[in-house]
Amino acid sequence: MKTLSLNILDIVQNSLRAKADEISIEINESVPEDSYQIMIRDNGTGIPEEILARVTDPFVTTRTKRKMGLGLALLKYHAELAGGDLKIESETGKGTEIKATFLYSHIDRQPLGDIVGVIVLLLAANPGINFVYQHSTESGKYRFSSVETKDYLELETLNERNLLSDIGGMISENLKGIGASGIVYNEKVL
Amino acid sequence: MGNAKKQKLNLTDKSMSKITSLADLKKKREELKSGLDIRTKALDPENIVQVKVAMATCGIASGAKTVMEFFLEQLDRRNIAAVVTQTGCMGYCYAEPTIEVKLPGQDPVVFGFVDLKRADQIIEKYIKTGELVDGIIPVNYQIIDLKE
Repeated sequence: MKTLSLNILDIVQNSLRAKADEISIEINESVPEDSYQIMIRDNGTGIPEEILARVTDPFVTTRTKRKMGLGLALLKYHAELAGGDLKIESETGKGTEIKATFLYSHIDRQPLGDIVGVIVLLLAANPGINFVYQHSTESGKYRFSSVETKDYLELETLNERNLLSDIGGMISENLKGIGASGIVYNEKVL
Repeated sequence: MGNAKKQKLNLTDKSMSKITSLADLKKKREELKSGLDIRTKALDPENIVQVKVAMATCGIASGAKTVMEFFLEQLDRRNIAAVVTQTGCMGYCYAEPTIEVKLPGQDPVVFGFVDLKRADQIIEKYIKTGELVDGIIPVNYQIIDLKE
């Protein structure tokens, strides 16, 4: 994984597999506090207690097709490499919250990358899931919610290429507006 | 040099209709609606092409995101009625990025090592004409069970 946004895309797959229909991704960056935080919250089936303690072990997975899972292990590795850590809270039947922290200034903290592309991809591939993306910096906060967008536009689904492309543009502009760091803006989102 | 200039121009063109809020989004849609009718795809899975991109750690690390964006964009641009979704690991981590293509009325076929060049071949040959291309994962393969 070369960027944090790809890690996020990966972790969200866990939420989808846990049958979550509400997934929220939150990023808080702060230069004065030298912190960079990523939180991913879902309302999926949660992680059973006996697995929770070992979940960042690459050889632990609930999957049966292959005997290992690297998603959380990789994110933990990247966080620890950049002077931070990974915390997981989960309750069976309620959902899971993953919180990865990094030192903002650490040279090994990866850039966020093409987060807009990731959000648009998730919206395109999972029309039935409610996604919330929230990003805050010292200069402000931006929040995107797929439900609110659907309601506002009076649409059943956002799954149409031109619309998704415009949504990508809208998120990009807003992230630029709050000075979010390390983002690759792919001018042609979709 | 010329290129850089051109890009700059494009950017300013774009900035004229920048969308920064839901209100802008709505406005643009309403403008669109009056001009041309917005295609609402009839998502009848039996009659359209289904593409599933394996999007687990192994796939993402090998470029599945780029491949999926390519399919979303190109199938639409080439006017092929298709639905592109994502799935978990299919167990072919060595061959990532992998995709599963199901043409209407046919058994799904899994392609491995799908870079953009192969993705283009898959659209032009397999999806358009049914001609098979390199990279098929040859197993007695059943459709992906999301329950795993």
